[in-house]
Amino acid sequence: MSFAREPDLGTPASASTETVTLTLDGRRLTVPAGTSIMRAAAVAGTAIPKLCATDSLAAFGSCRLCLVEIEGRRGTPASCTTPVADGMVVHTQTERLARLRKGVMELYISDHPLDCLTCAANGDCELQDMAGAVGLREVRYGPGADHLGQEKDSSNPYFDFDPSKCIACSRCVRACDEVQGTLALTIAGRGFASKVSAGLASEDFFGSECVSCGACVQACPTATLTEKAVVAIGTPERAVETTCAYCGVGCSFRAEMRGEQLVRMVPVKAGKANGGHSCVKGRFAWGYASHPDRITSPMLRAHIDDPWREVSWEEAFAHIASEFRRIEASHGGHAIGGITSSRCTNEETFLVQKLIRAGFHNNNVDTCARVCHSPTGYGLKQTFGTSAGTQDFESVDAADVILVIGANPTDGHPVFASRMKRRLRAGAKLIVIDPRRIDLVRTPHIEAAHHLALRPGTNVAVLSAMAHVIVTEGLVDRDFIAERCETDAYADWAEFVADPRRSPEATAPLTQVPAETLRAAARLYAGGGNAAIYYGLGVTEHSQGSSTVMAIANLAMATGNIGRAGVGVNPLRGQNNVQGACDMGSFPHELAGYRHVSDAQARALFEAEWGVKISPEPGLRIPNMLDAAIDGVFKGLYVQGEDILQSDPNTRHVAAGLAAMECVVVHDLFLNETARYAHVFLPGSSFLEKTGTFTNAERRIQMVRRVMTPKAGLEDWQVTLGLARALGLDWTYSHASEIMDEIARLTPSFAGVSHARLTEAGSLQWPVNDAAPEGTPIMHADGFARGRGRFVVTDYIPTDEKTGPRFPLLLTTGRILSQYNVGAQTRRTENSRWHGEDVLEMHPADAEDRGLKSGDWARLASRAGETSLRVAVTDRVAPGVVYTTFHHPETQANVVTTEHSDWATNCPEYKVTAVQVSPSNGPSDWQARYTETGRTARRIEPSPAE
Amino acid sequence: MSTPESLVQMANQIARNLAVQGEARAVAATADHIRRFWDPWMIRRLAEAEPETAGAALDPIARAALLQLVMIPPS
Repeated sequence: MSFAREPDLGTPASASTETVTLTLDGRRLTVPAGTSIMRAAAVAGTAIPKLCATDSLAAFGSCRLCLVEIEGRRGTPASCTTPVADGMVVHTQTERLARLRKGVMELYISDHPLDCLTCAANGDCELQDMAGAVGLREVRYGPGADHLGQEKDSSNPYFDFDPSKCIACSRCVRACDEVQGTLALTIAGRGFASKVSAGLASEDFFGSECVSCGACVQACPTATLTEKAVVAIGTPERAVETTCAYCGVGCSFRAEMRGEQLVRMVPVKAGKANGGHSCVKGRFAWGYASHPDRITSPMLRAHIDDPWREVSWEEAFAHIASEFRRIEASHGGHAIGGITSSRCTNEETFLVQKLIRAGFHNNNVDTCARVCHSPTGYGLKQTFGTSAGTQDFESVDAADVILVIGANPTDGHPVFASRMKRRLRAGAKLIVIDPRRIDLVRTPHIEAAHHLALRPGTNVAVLSAMAHVIVTEGLVDRDFIAERCETDAYADWAEFVADPRRSPEATAPLTQVPAETLRAAARLYAGGGNAAIYYGLGVTEHSQGSSTVMAIANLAMATGNIGRAGVGVNPLRGQNNVQGACDMGSFPHELAGYRHVSDAQARALFEAEWGVKISPEPGLRIPNMLDAAIDGVFKGLYVQGEDILQSDPNTRHVAAGLAAMECVVVHDLFLNETARYAHVFLPGSSFLEKTGTFTNAERRIQMVRRVMTPKAGLEDWQVTLGLARALGLDWTYSHASEIMDEIARLTPSFAGVSHARLTEAGSLQWPVNDAAPEGTPIMHADGFARGRGRFVVTDYIPTDEKTGPRFPLLLTTGRILSQYNVGAQTRRTENSRWHGEDVLEMHPADAEDRGLKSGDWARLASRAGETSLRVAVTDRVAPGVVYTTFHHPETQANVVTTEHSDWATNCPEYKVTAVQVSPSNGPSDWQARYTETGRTARRIEPSPAE
Repeated sequence: MSTPESLVQMANQIARNLAVQGEARAVAATADHIRRFWDPWMIRRLAEAEPETAGAALDPIARAALLQLVMIPPS
C-alpha cells in the first residue's frame, strides 16, 4: 500500500440542500450553494494552489495563492473565500494567475530555509508541493531581513515548533480555536514581526495552555510543527485506518507506518466520532505499545511468592486447563469465573464470556463496566428499554441547552468536548452539576449559565428538586408523555416529585445548592429548547447510581427531550469499549444483546449455536467473586485486560480475594497490579496488533485493524481460542470476522453487522438489522425500545458513608486529560510529564485548617485504609470536599475507597468516601512496602539459555 | 466487612431504595431484583447469614423478600 495524505478539499462542506451550477475551466459543475470555488474545483478534480486553506477550518483568505479569475468580476478573488454562484464562469489557470501565484510563492520561499532534503517534512510538505505546483524555479530576492535561524521550541514531548519554517498562515491558531477550542495559540506581533505564540512570550509550548491535541500539527502546511516521531523515523510509507483504544469517544485514526514501525497516528477526517480531531492520548500516547515493560512470553508460577517462569503457549494453555479442571472437579464449575475488559474488542469479550458459559456452565462473567457504567445499563433499561445512550455525537450540534452532570468532558472525553464547546461558543446554554468547578464551567468564550456545586452523594435529591420545579411550574411536555410514556407511572412520579419535601428550598440544606440557582437551571433545561443531558461516572459511581440514571431519564421524558437531534440522555463511557463489552454479554445476568439469562428463548438460541446448556441463574459479579473467594467457594479466575487490584475499590479486600484463589490467570500487556496475585500470565496484544471491533459511547461499531505483528505472537482472541481448545471446547475460528458473524447470528441488535459491512460503511450504530440496515444514530425516535417510556420514582436515600469527627471530609475521585484509567498505558508514555503523580485537591480553608499548602505531603485516611500524596490547594473544590485521581499505583487511591456500592448493580461508590487529611512526611510505610513487594512479585527467572 | 454483613447491607439497600413503592410492592420488587441479579449462592449465603452478621439486621422489607426467595424461619 502506498502512502498518501487524505484529500484536502480546501474549505468545509456546505450544509445547504440547494444547488448552484457554474462553469469552471470550461466544465459545468453543480454543487451545494455556499460551496467555495476552491472546494467546487477540488471536488471536480482541480487542485487550486493553496496554503492557508484546509477543509477542517473556515476559509481565511490570507495566503493569496488560491486566486482565480471570474468572468464579469474585477480582480483575482481568493477561491477559498468566494462562494460559487449560479452561472458563474471561473478560470483557475491563466497566465496572469500563474504570474501572481509564482510571485506569492517566491516571497514565501525567500523567507524559508532551503533545507528540503534534510527537512523532516520532505515529501510531505504543502509548501514544497505548492512551489512545484506554481512552477517556482528561482528566488530573485537577495539576503535581507528574514525569520530564519530562530530558536526551535522542543519543549513538547511529542512535537517540535520551528518558527523559522513558519509562513504565518494561521492554520495552527485557527485549528486551536475552531477545532480544539482551547485558544492557546495566537499570532503575536504585527506585520513583519507576526509570529505564532503559545500564550505569553515567556511561555514555551509545554508551559502554555496547549493541551497537545495535535490539531495544530495536523493543520500545519510546513515543517513548522512536526511530530518528533517523524523527525526521528522519517515519513510514513503506508497507512491503515483503525480505531483509538483510549476513551469511549472512539476516534478514527490512520496508523501511519514504516514497515512494522508506527510513525504517527493521524485522525481521520471522515471519522464519524471525531471528524478529524484527536487528543493527546490517541494522537500521541501510543508509545506504551512498544514499551520495554511489555511481556511477550506466557509465564507460570506455582505460588504467587515465586518468580515467574517463561513457558510456551502450549504449556500455559495446558496448565490453565489442568488447573481449572482440577478446581472444577474438587469445588464445582461454579468456582471458576472470568472478567472481560472494556479495553478489548467485541470479539474478544464475546469469547471470554462464551468460554465461561460454555466451558464451565455458569454465568460467572463480569466486566469492568461493573465499576463504571453498570448503573447506566440498569437505569436506561428500566426507563427506556435498552441499555445505551440515545444519541450520536453529532446531535450536540442541534442542542440549545446542554446539561453536564457528573462528567468532565474536557479531561475524560476531550474530542467530544471540543465538539460540545463549538456548540456552546455558538450560543447553546450550559448547566453543570458537579461538586468541582470543572474546566467547562468557565473556559475561553464559554461560561456555564448555572453551576450546581452539589454536595457529593446528593445527585438524586438535586434531580428530584429539578423535577419538582418542572412539574409544579407546569413545564412538562404533556403531549409527549401522553403519546409516548406510561401515564400511570408518570402520575405516580409527578405526585412524588411535586411533594414540597422535594422542593429546591427543602433540599438545599442537604444538597448545598441554592434554591434559586436550582430553579433557574430547571427552568432552563425544561424551557430552553432542545435540551441534552451528558453524564459520566459522577452519576453512576454512587450508592444511588442507578437511581440517578433513572432520575435523568425521567427528566428527559417529562420534558419531551428524547427521540430527535439535539436532545437525549448520553452516558459518556469511560473506556473505548465499555458499550461493546456490555453489549457482548459480559454481565453475569445477561446474554449478548441484554437478554436475561432466565429468558428461555434467548438461551435456546445460544444453546443451539454452542451445543451446550446455558445456566438460567445469574452468576457472580466482580465484588461477589471476591467475597466468594474469601469464603472459600470461588477458586479460579481468568482476567482479560483488566487490573482489578488497582481499579476496584477497597484494595485490601480485592487483594484478600485474589490471594484466596488457587488459579488466577492474568491476560494483559504488562505485569499489572493484579498480576501480583496471578499464577499464570498470558501476554496480550495491543490494539495495533489485532483485528476486531470497538463500540463507542454512541453505539458506533468501528473496525480495529492489525497494523503490526503481535509481539507475543497471538492476537488476544487467539489466546482465548487456544485456552478454550485446551479445555476441550471445539472452537474453530480462523479470523476475528467469524466471531463477529456469530455475534450477529445471536444478537438481534447486531444482526446486520459484519467486518465486511463495517468496512463498506465506515461504521454502524446499533441496532443494525432489517428494520435499520444502515444503523440507528438516534434511538427512540418513534417509540421507546420497551414500548412506552416508564417513569420510575427515585427516592433519595443517603449513602451509608457518613462524615463525622474522625473522617470529616468527603473524597471524590476522577481522572485527568493526560492519563487514562489505571495509567497502565499512559504512565508508559511522555504523558506522565503532565501528570507524574496523583495529587489531592483541597479547598484553601480546609488546607489552612490543617497547616497544608500546595506541594506538601498529606496523609489521606478513611475507615478502609490510608495513603499519602501531595496536596494541591485550589478553590475548584468546595470546602469539605477533596479530590484525587487513581492513575498511579504508588498512590493507590483505592486503598482509601470503601466497599459501598450502588444498590442495584454493585457499582462502587468511588465518588463518596469520608476521609481525614493530615500533614505527612512522605509516602506511608504501606506505600513503601507495596512498592517493594511489587518488585518481588514481578521477578522473572532467567531462561536457561541466558 | 464480612460476606454476610455485606450481603445484609446489599439487601437492605435494595429494600430501602424500593420502599417508596409501598410495602407490598417493595417486598415483591426486592425479591424480584435479587432473583434477577444475585447469584443463587448469594441468596443462600444471606439466608444462612444471620448468626454471622455481627448485629447487622435485615430490613423488614428485605427480610420479607428473602422469605419469598427461600423459606427461612422468622426471627
